[in-house]
Amino acid sequence: MSLVADDDATTRDDQETSNRDLRLTALTKSYGSFTAVRSLDLVVPQGSFFALLGPSGCGKTTTLRMVAGLDTPTSGTITLGDRDITYDKPYKRPVNTVFQSYALFPHLDVSENVAFGLKRRGVKDTKAKVAEMLDLVELGGQGHKKPTQLSGGQQQRVALARALINSPEVLLLDEPLGALDLKLRRGMQIELKRIQTEVGRTFVHVTHDQEEAMTMADTVAVMNAGVIEQMGPPAALYDNPRTTFVANFLGQSNLLAGEILGPDGDAVTVSVQGTTVSIPAERSHAVGGKGWVGIRPEKVMIAEVGGEIDAPGNRFAGGVVTDVSFVGVSTQYLVRMPWGQELMVFEQNTGRRPIFAVGTPVDLSWRPEYAFLLDASQDAKAGVEDGDD
Amino acid sequence: MTHQPQEALVEPDAVGLGSSGDDPGEGHETVRGRGGRFTGYWLMLPSALWLALFFLVPFYSLIAMSLYDPTGSNLTGYDMTWHVANYVDTIQAYWRPLLRSFWYAAMATVACLVLGYVLAYAIAFKAGRWKNLMLVLVIAPFFTSFLLRTLSWKLILADEGWIAEGLRTLQILGEDGRLLATPFAVVAGLTYNFLPFMVLPLFASLDKIDNRLVEAAGDLYASPARAFFKVTLPLSMPGVVAGTLLTFIPAAGDFINAELLGSPNQRMIGNIIQNLFTNQGDYAAAGALSMTLMIVITVGVVFYIRRAGTEDLV
Repeated sequence: MSLVADDDATTRDDQETSNRDLRLTALTKSYGSFTAVRSLDLVVPQGSFFALLGPSGCGKTTTLRMVAGLDTPTSGTITLGDRDITYDKPYKRPVNTVFQSYALFPHLDVSENVAFGLKRRGVKDTKAKVAEMLDLVELGGQGHKKPTQLSGGQQQRVALARALINSPEVLLLDEPLGALDLKLRRGMQIELKRIQTEVGRTFVHVTHDQEEAMTMADTVAVMNAGVIEQMGPPAALYDNPRTTFVANFLGQSNLLAGEILGPDGDAVTVSVQGTTVSIPAERSHAVGGKGWVGIRPEKVMIAEVGGEIDAPGNRFAGGVVTDVSFVGVSTQYLVRMPWGQELMVFEQNTGRRPIFAVGTPVDLSWRPEYAFLLDASQDAKAGVEDGDD
Repeated sequence: MTHQPQEALVEPDAVGLGSSGDDPGEGHETVRGRGGRFTGYWLMLPSALWLALFFLVPFYSLIAMSLYDPTGSNLTGYDMTWHVANYVDTIQAYWRPLLRSFWYAAMATVACLVLGYVLAYAIAFKAGRWKNLMLVLVIAPFFTSFLLRTLSWKLILADEGWIAEGLRTLQILGEDGRLLATPFAVVAGLTYNFLPFMVLPLFASLDKIDNRLVEAAGDLYASPARAFFKVTLPLSMPGVVAGTLLTFIPAAGDFINAELLGSPNQRMIGNIIQNLFTNQGDYAAAGALSMTLMIVITVGVVFYIRRAGTEDLV
């Protein structure tokens, strides 16, 4: 797979040439015969919130550790602006990390933890800055407590304050919300985003949670097996995935096997089980032969047999509802098509239509502009299990 | 009473079973229902009896002995006369070996701490898959008797041994200089014999340290040396305290090393007590000296732990 980075993104960054960007060039890390990170090229623009998203073992944490200086790359370079930091010691780079387990010093109280970095750099009067930083993370007045006296969310914020107080050029966050429960995690996502906007620093966030990555980051890089599959703004990745892995890992996708008929103006036509569908040319990532036609479950529309659907053409008849999950805001259907495949359909519960029961025959359709076309040489199930978090 | 409320059970049990680590009240309903509130005390009984028999009784007789009339003897018997002067007399007579004992024990403890810390650090952080083997090697000396091991040090440090000869050749030791029968030999013996007592607690506390904390210190601008002094060392303080106590206390009361490796000039308080007790039959003086040693050590330990409990020692 040669999809190292999104071509558009790379050229755009090259044009900008801002001087404090974090740039990884042909970065590789091997452990014996195992290659954790394979010739990674990546530019993180200064001041951006960048997410490295991928399943566990995809090399995202290794990448982060190399940027932090905790692991030494096998080859390749890491530069920050004009400065090559590839082999700099961790304590000599303007980079700080919020560790997955927080790694707060248990023998020091909250203030001492937060002041640790400043003290090591010889800053004498840390009191005011520590207080200011604790206020920023909403822990004002808790400075005298020991880390063990704090809740998980509070510890997380101490870890954040401890890193941020050093005004690092790049702040690395290694699954910082992984240990928090769902509700707290949502709150912290918003909090982190707020703090990032406030301090205007470059944040590189490693996570396996696609929702977290999409919520917070300006740019998401989806990583799999040591390489970046695709990179771009969350909406672009979601709407226009280029690989089956991205299509499945970032949200869910229906992938239908099709025969590519050829270009037709701004679109590409594909025959899917006898029905001809068209896909916008810019969403088409396969040429000739077979391809996967992808459509997001919420973009699929469902109607009783012969019923009206607000979409031109693309109609697939003969479906039977096999599973219905009512989840409040939406209803999630599984519909078995005549060729045996089960398609996912998420429908908003607007109340305008009854909820179909299991066994109901239905027709499906979608607007052509929402579909995407992927190369058929890829595994249609890539990224499915992993994204099922 | 068959379905007893848990609180009623926990209270006496908490006293008796406090150290057993057992979760009271899970799956023992029937046993507890029958055993009643005294189960904990019953379980405590063997160890309580043991302590009473082998600690309280001898301790009492030691106190009593230290207050005997010193004019008594094995033949005539002793009278318990609250003769507190025993303490003053023995301290006056033996303050030198007493101080020497603490001095030697302190030197041996420092030597053990330096050697033991390096060793424990290496085992905990650098040994990798050899960790267990190295730990076994640390305790391996215990498979031989204390006496035999000390005797072999006599051979190692002997005047015509290769170490003494080598040092003489290198002019580090004078022409007729010797290692045996010197304070060095006694401290070296103590250091060797008590090193495992230092290494094991140090290892236990170092091994517990999360390496990510050291990484975090590095990430926060601490050089490896500063990370050690600011993170690793403070977090290993429980091991340092335990190790120094386990080394210092027995070393201060030891007499084997001074007996086998030293000369009369290196006699420690243990030698004096042993001699008074077994050779001279002066039970009163032996008892008073033993008590003095015990009191000094206890007071010292209390102050040490108090100080170590704060960050003063860091």
